[in-house]
Amino acid sequence: MKQASFESRHRDFWQKCEALLNELESGKTGHHEQFLPAYRQLCQHIAIARHRGYSPHLVEYLNQLNWRGHQLLYKQRSSTLTGMFDFIRVGFPDAVRRHMPYVGLATALMYLPTILLIMLILWQPEWVFYLLDSHQLAQYEAMYDPGAEHIGRAREADSNVAMFGFYIQNNIGVAFRTFATGILFTVGSLFFLIFNGIFFGVIAGHLSHLGYSDTFWTFVIAHGAFEITAITFAGAAGIKLGFSLLAPGSLSRLVSLQNAAKDVVPILYGMTGMLVIAAFIEAFWSSNSSFSPTVKYSVGAVMWILVICYFTWSGKRYELR
Amino acid sequence: MLDTLLSIETPEGIDFDLIPSGPVARILAYLSDFLIRGLVLFVIGIVLGSLGAFGAGIMLLCYFVLEWLYPVFFEVTRGATPGKKWMNLRVVQDDGTPITLSSSMLRNLLRSADILPFFYVFGLIAMLCNKSFKRLGDLAAETLVIQLAEPMPTTQNVKAEPIPPDFLLNPDQQKAVIQFTLRAEVLTQSRQAELADILGVALGPSPQRVARLQQMGAYLLGKTASPVAADAVDDKDDSKGGVS
Repeated sequence: MKQASFESRHRDFWQKCEALLNELESGKTGHHEQFLPAYRQLCQHIAIARHRGYSPHLVEYLNQLNWRGHQLLYKQRSSTLTGMFDFIRVGFPDAVRRHMPYVGLATALMYLPTILLIMLILWQPEWVFYLLDSHQLAQYEAMYDPGAEHIGRAREADSNVAMFGFYIQNNIGVAFRTFATGILFTVGSLFFLIFNGIFFGVIAGHLSHLGYSDTFWTFVIAHGAFEITAITFAGAAGIKLGFSLLAPGSLSRLVSLQNAAKDVVPILYGMTGMLVIAAFIEAFWSSNSSFSPTVKYSVGAVMWILVICYFTWSGKRYELR
Repeated sequence: MLDTLLSIETPEGIDFDLIPSGPVARILAYLSDFLIRGLVLFVIGIVLGSLGAFGAGIMLLCYFVLEWLYPVFFEVTRGATPGKKWMNLRVVQDDGTPITLSSSMLRNLLRSADILPFFYVFGLIAMLCNKSFKRLGDLAAETLVIQLAEPMPTTQNVKAEPIPPDFLLNPDQQKAVIQFTLRAEVLTQSRQAELADILGVALGPSPQRVARLQQMGAYLLGKTASPVAADAVDDKDDSKGGVS
């Protein structure tokens, strides 16, 4: 068959396909099943056209139709509401438990410097000036001064929302960077974890030394359960990425990296959610000084217990192992 | 062949040639996205500026969304960010299927590793070290930025009457004939004749070779023949009992 007769025989069909594709792409109909037989037919047509050496013009036209069909049919279903519920109940805590060695390592890298620095500063308070400049220290002192009207960052009446925006923008950005820079053979994640640990330790030690411990710890304890935990998760995911490059085992480094990346995706979603919760608590609860320290410590303790219980037991019975 | 085409095969046994996009197009796309985000933020800033601290909070939220979620949103729903669309680029999975939410998240979070130590230097080094120009985020997320094929050249400038070749040409030969036809305007008459003469007697006597080649090119380009000519072709085809 010459090209001209091939074209005249099938032109109507191709135009119908084009119309159907336009409709499906614009989302007017969701009936992809109507398109399936047409797509198979198109695949056959392009195979014939290529095999017989029909003109590039025709082959390219069919190729375009085919490509659009392929993009439509092989699109992955987007997640549903029940999918999200399952993720919170099982997917996220399970992913964290599967990565326990990494989470443990990240936790140690964050908390050990903190504890060490708190003790160091309480022992030799003036060493704090080697680590932070006096301007920065003065800022933190002002924030947690028991005499101040608000604790946390300086704020005015309607600034809770402003601080919420700041915490989302700053903290989630920090967590994302802590994760991403792990791809550089774990170096970035290690740096951010240890740096944050040291920084927090210095501030906590210094403020405790000044006698601001109540204002500081009542502020930090509640949202810390979510925020600090989420950042250690981000670090753990980053360390896993870097480690997959350092020790790929029997796989190539590229495949090892890709597998590791796929594995840590649930942790990234979950961690982002935790940081949003943390930002809420930090902006609207932690800064509220109208409650007594006892209440704030209790609420903070409840948060920590909740977080630990969630990751220990949630979805455990669905595990196959 | 010395090119960077990636051939993927679908389950239906059809091949697609994907053209990985090079750094220049991607840098331009990134810059235009950067500009778009800046403009949006600027407009939001003007609107929210009067709302004080409350406005500042919303502003920071918008900044976060534009910085991290803007590319993810457009890649998952539209296949590419506006900047990439403008450069005719698409983000797809390595197997040519549309990008998934997880892959889009990964490649865009890992941006903060590509951007180090400054101006995307790591990303650029990674792109130049593999044949499909993947930055670190693409490598980990198994994604690919491809250049969509240029639309077929139009036949407006081709003046020759389309007449099919008398013999079978393979796809590479067809492409060569098309290129010859399209470049008719930039080649001198004598150079055209010289090129056509290489093909020799298959094209008929020497003076007609250039014209004959252009007629074939016009046909291969899909220029629609005048009705009479098309019928003539069909008749001739049937009389031969065309093998299909």
